Amino acid sequence: MTLAVIAVYMALVLAVGALSHRRFRGTGEDYFLATRSIGPFVLLMSLFGTQMTAYALLGASGQSYRTGIGVFGLMASTSAIVVPAVFFFVGTRAWAVGKRFGYTTQVQYIRDRWGSDRFGLLLFVALVALLIPYLLIGVMGAGITLADISGGQVPTWVGGLVISLVVMTYVTYGGLRGTAWVNTFQTLVFMTLGAVTFVYVANAMGGLGAAFERIGGARPDLLVREGHYSPATYLTFFFIPLSAGAFPHLFMHWLTASKLRNFRTTVIAYPICIAVVWIPSVLLGVLGVIDFPDLTVAESNAVMVRLIAAHAPDFLAGLLGAGVFAAVMSSLDSQALSLGTMFTKDIVLHYGYDRKMTDRQQVLVGRVFVAAILVVTYLLSLVTRTTIFAMGTWSFTGFAGIFPIIVAALFWRRSTKAGAFASLFTVAALWTYYFIQGWGQPDYSVGGTGIMPVAVIVTAAALAMVGGSLLSPPPSDALVRKFFPS
Amino acid sequence: MRAVVYGLLALLYLLHTDVWYWDDPRIVLGAPIGFTYHVLWTIVVTGAFWLVVRYAWPVELEATAEHPPDAPADPPGGGPAEVPSS
Repeated sequence: MTLAVIAVYMALVLAVGALSHRRFRGTGEDYFLATRSIGPFVLLMSLFGTQMTAYALLGASGQSYRTGIGVFGLMASTSAIVVPAVFFFVGTRAWAVGKRFGYTTQVQYIRDRWGSDRFGLLLFVALVALLIPYLLIGVMGAGITLADISGGQVPTWVGGLVISLVVMTYVTYGGLRGTAWVNTFQTLVFMTLGAVTFVYVANAMGGLGAAFERIGGARPDLLVREGHYSPATYLTFFFIPLSAGAFPHLFMHWLTASKLRNFRTTVIAYPICIAVVWIPSVLLGVLGVIDFPDLTVAESNAVMVRLIAAHAPDFLAGLLGAGVFAAVMSSLDSQALSLGTMFTKDIVLHYGYDRKMTDRQQVLVGRVFVAAILVVTYLLSLVTRTTIFAMGTWSFTGFAGIFPIIVAALFWRRSTKAGAFASLFTVAALWTYYFIQGWGQPDYSVGGTGIMPVAVIVTAAALAMVGGSLLSPPPSDALVRKFFPS
Repeated sequence: MRAVVYGLLALLYLLHTDVWYWDDPRIVLGAPIGFTYHVLWTIVVTGAFWLVVRYAWPVELEATAEHPPDAPADPPGGGPAEVPSS
């Protein structure tokens, strides 16, 4: 029954993707950006769905299982204020510059903004290197989910394979419009099913109050932050969601908006959407301690799935599995499409084929890259072994480090390519250093102070941008006037 | 007014790290108070962003994008091609 429900859900996803193809105009602009025609509701759902992944469901519930209710304040409510603020301050400006100059990718913009091909290429390499682990989170999460829901009957490699094939089908077929439409459908699915599942499991455990009483007796540490997180960690975790300002897939989604005012719904509603997804996720993770007190770190990532299996009928287990798959696919599709677009626009077209390829050929190249990226990601998922949370944190840390470069490009006229180089090299050096220092230590902080490495990296990146810019000659008047006309 | 709504976001940032409930295990509204506080805080943030959109929306950006004063004649490198699809 469970697997049948998931199979039906996958068929629905493919149907929505096929439906979107009816609007396809056959042009590169339509495949890569849906001809900048997306309205406010689909923009909200696609941006939110893209941000929510296995990291928010499986990773967060696993982390809550291990460290308690503090995960909500640490990760969910920080995102609830930082991400909409990023959309408001950065997303709207990125949309405006994309609309004016016809950009599709970040690298196109950054390359023009500072007149540097070399920096554009370097940024491309950094973005791709950081995005691959983020894709892996989704594929691995799908494998874990299907294996647990089926009681181990379906091996982990099958879930990843199924999800990769489904995403490959509707992304290569429908492009960004297909991705946005499917994201909207999937976001509604996982928001609804997460809440329904939580209510069902909490009732089955005798109600939330009774469940917390039992946890208070057995694991009172999970009801407080003391012993798990320091105030310094809370204060500095705010830097992590800044990564939203540097994600290439979010940049592309921003550019799809038909009007700037379409961002308004997203900015206002985003915090509520965060709460709807994260409240069940965190609480179910904590409640999992009652039934499964001795899970290993790796096993705890599937605690939500185990709770469903223990307390819910097969049909609901199948629906939750579909919900997790929805969350995973709604991110994986945008990430794969953005990588395919970057390879097409920033490499193939930029380095020699800009004027030689028709729109149809561009679309074909984009589709081939999307398929290749998903194949490579899937193969990597078969040999990668680490916790979802750790992978996500380090990927987000790197993207957050790039955030000062995006901000300087959009806001600071005096910024220069020397500053951008200095900033990116600083991020690369510090990220590598902290990655080596902190690998294998889930609670790693700078010198054991509770301060997260991301705070140091972002601050140093911003200082390097300022220092490098001020120590180099100012940009030409023509360049400044082009991007800051008023 | 922009300064006021931006100041409100800054204040909410400071109120986010609720050291006063850090080791308080009381159950309030069905959940530990450290959890309930952050759920309510998130709802307040929603209201704050409504104020941001209402009083600080960058209308000038839309005008600049829709009617660029000095848009370049050529698309950027790797930008949308002008070659017809067929």
